[in-house]
Amino acid sequence: MEAATVAPSDAVRAVRKAASPPEVVMHGLRPAPRGWLSWLTTTDHKRIGIMYLVLTFTFFLIGGVEALIIRLQLAGPDNTLVTPEAYNALVTMHGSTMIFLFFVPVIAGFANYLVPLMIGARDMAFPRLNAFSFWTLFFAGITFYASLFFHPPAAGWTSYTPLSDDAFSPDGGIDAWILMIHLTTVSSLAGAVNFIATIHNMRAPGMTWGRLPLFVWSILIYSYLLVLALPSLSAAATMLLTDRHFGTAFFDPAGGGSPLLWQHLFWFFGHPEVYIMILPMFGIVSEVLPVFARKPIFGYKAIAASTVAIAFLSILVWAHHMFTTPTAEVVLAFFMLSSFVIAVPTGIKIFNWLATLWRGSIEFKTPLIFAAALPGLFVIGGISGVMLAIFPIDWQVHDTYFVVAHFHYVLFGGGAFALIAGLYYWYPKMTGRLMSERLGKLSFWLMFIGFNATFLVQHSAGLSGMPRRIYDYAASSGWGEYNLISTIGSFILGIGVLVTVFNAVWSLKRGQVAGNDPWHANTLEWFVPSPPPENNFDQIPRVRSLEPMQDLRAQVRSTQGQPAGTVAQPVAPTR
Amino acid sequence: MQAKTRRRAIWAAACSVLAGLLLAAPGAFAGVITPEKGGSPNADDIHTLYVIVLIIAIPIFLLVEGVLIWSLIRYRRRKGGPQPAQIRGNTPLEISWTVGAALILVVLGVITFVYLDDIGNPPASLPGGFQGAQFATIDQPSPPRSGGPTLRVRVNGQQYLWRYEYPDLPGPNYSYYELVVPTKTTVVLEVTASDVIHSWWIPKLGGKVDATPGYVNKTWFRISKPGRYVGQCAELCGPNHADMRAVVRAVEPAEFEAWLRRHRIDILEAQQALAQQRQERARRGDVQ
Repeated sequence: MEAATVAPSDAVRAVRKAASPPEVVMHGLRPAPRGWLSWLTTTDHKRIGIMYLVLTFTFFLIGGVEALIIRLQLAGPDNTLVTPEAYNALVTMHGSTMIFLFFVPVIAGFANYLVPLMIGARDMAFPRLNAFSFWTLFFAGITFYASLFFHPPAAGWTSYTPLSDDAFSPDGGIDAWILMIHLTTVSSLAGAVNFIATIHNMRAPGMTWGRLPLFVWSILIYSYLLVLALPSLSAAATMLLTDRHFGTAFFDPAGGGSPLLWQHLFWFFGHPEVYIMILPMFGIVSEVLPVFARKPIFGYKAIAASTVAIAFLSILVWAHHMFTTPTAEVVLAFFMLSSFVIAVPTGIKIFNWLATLWRGSIEFKTPLIFAAALPGLFVIGGISGVMLAIFPIDWQVHDTYFVVAHFHYVLFGGGAFALIAGLYYWYPKMTGRLMSERLGKLSFWLMFIGFNATFLVQHSAGLSGMPRRIYDYAASSGWGEYNLISTIGSFILGIGVLVTVFNAVWSLKRGQVAGNDPWHANTLEWFVPSPPPENNFDQIPRVRSLEPMQDLRAQVRSTQGQPAGTVAQPVAPTR
Repeated sequence: MQAKTRRRAIWAAACSVLAGLLLAAPGAFAGVITPEKGGSPNADDIHTLYVIVLIIAIPIFLLVEGVLIWSLIRYRRRKGGPQPAQIRGNTPLEISWTVGAALILVVLGVITFVYLDDIGNPPASLPGGFQGAQFATIDQPSPPRSGGPTLRVRVNGQQYLWRYEYPDLPGPNYSYYELVVPTKTTVVLEVTASDVIHSWWIPKLGGKVDATPGYVNKTWFRISKPGRYVGQCAELCGPNHADMRAVVRAVEPAEFEAWLRRHRIDILEAQQALAQQRQERARRGDVQ
């Protein structure tokens, strides 16, 4: 209808007959190298992205197995499945793996694959630095898990001093943790600089800031937050290292240091970290919902602006993790109010997503179902988050299972569901084949039921006094039922995740062939073949709106006279 | 028409049951959907504050989930269904939900500050409280509103045990694991640790405070009826963190005085016995 108003795109000068398969034909390109060595030496952002995804999902499965062992140990009172030492190690490994080796780098995996494609670039700004980022992460994982062979760290993922100091953790596990922190930090910083340079400099002609896809917006902000937050963690980890081995006393009160200094430095990183993990998930949801609701995103500018606002505010709220420490009440009040403020832009995003679905024509494909779960589950974590920000309430529920439930609703209910939405959504682009819808929906319902069974009751366990990180509890505590439900739920959740893993492996060979643009999506990555050729674009189309693919489709329609539904994807020039 | 009326009746019934549950729930389900309470006024105040926040949160939760589920069902793709509305935004709507969200948070902030005073500051002891309590002030987190008599207790966390001492009462008077306190008396705890960070928490007696080496953290409680109140360390402090339990035993002030006297004698006798044993061994030439 509106086709006549769209000027012909530069890239779509000549259009083939609708019968011939549309494709971008590559000219003068060497055939892509093959064999395992080509993967080790590649600097192609797509291959690096895939390696990132495979590696980080492996860590996700390892961290998941650790979580299931934790749940088995807690299934009943007075259980003796694992020793207290092993339990603390499991808690530490689970948390550190999920945060440092899964969540932050899995975003780098998606971003690596997608950012250049979405902005119409042929690679990242610094391809070799990109490979360096990946391999640093790889060795960080090896360093960390090598500690299994001597003594894994057991001071929690936060490694609070003095427990993590040499007096109380003399073995090398904490050192492995510190080195893992340093390596992942270097990896993430190099990646962040790369994303910033790419997004600032390599956008397609016409892709102004107001036409940047929301996922790319979120990656840009993710990168800036990494640059702002990670140095604090690196510094703290280095100080811990010198405290442990070179006689300094940054965190030792006997030598004039302060254990609270560690907490401040850690959470100055740690709270932005939460948004480092969740903002890109918001970005995925902001991409997926409009495609399957067949509507433009509601309030594009508000969503982009709220991403920036959340990132800025997230640097000002760190001490809300420290409400029970010896700190003056006026400081607590400041951090309560600053944490409140962050709820406003987060609420704006949720309302915008709801408004995007409203009056749409919603197609129930697996990516949509997973993406729509984010607002539904995140709102529970958001509300419990506001409760936790009220520091007198936090005094009761801090460091209990209430907090465990809260951050799993945020990071798993929000984060992991959106991540899997992204996996189902972009898998056809990466492999050329669609994942099975039937398995996808089965996986969703298993995960959704399992997730809520696992974590909803944990609120109650925490409210009735169960602290986190305890390996055991007495039968008289009354926490047995909550924990049994939680353990059963966690295994349903685990099966749900395995269904998706199986689906991803199975669909690699057996999945339905996807074509360029199976979802009739809006952004440029769907313009190129699936999987994309090494140089991505022969010709980079000029971007004229927030939904360049719709413009291209409209243009094909106007030149070919086809009705809207029959144009599968735009056709590239043949020269 | 008939069906519509019936449906309306069912809705009304469901809503009233839900409302009834909401009103009855907070009291009935302490420890299930609300924090523990019932030991000390600060725990009760935190409970009340939590219930208020919960009541404000429930409509927001229902609104978001309702609109989400309703949109997903109502606007699913159907053959011959309406075309998706190509709306890109609505400035008045967006401004109003931004302002609305901000207003709710302002309300929450005000309510918190209203309750904060009662939760943070130790009140005076009740009439009939322990007579030996001192007119003490605490400077942190903030000075007491009324300088009534309070009983000071030094609490020290160490792997994996709590140690208690009454600095204002005649000593030696330290004890471990179980803290004995008089009822009707405001007890101010000065919490610290001598090895790693622990966290003092008895859920029915109010919020937790971290026991951090090099710092003194303060909290208080005032118990009305005698009884045992249990809790456990809430900050990971090593392999046996889960076994670091704490018990507060509240007894009538007269009984407390009697206990304290007996306890002091027990300690003195034990110290004397130890000194004797040492002398004996020194005489026999045993290496210390």
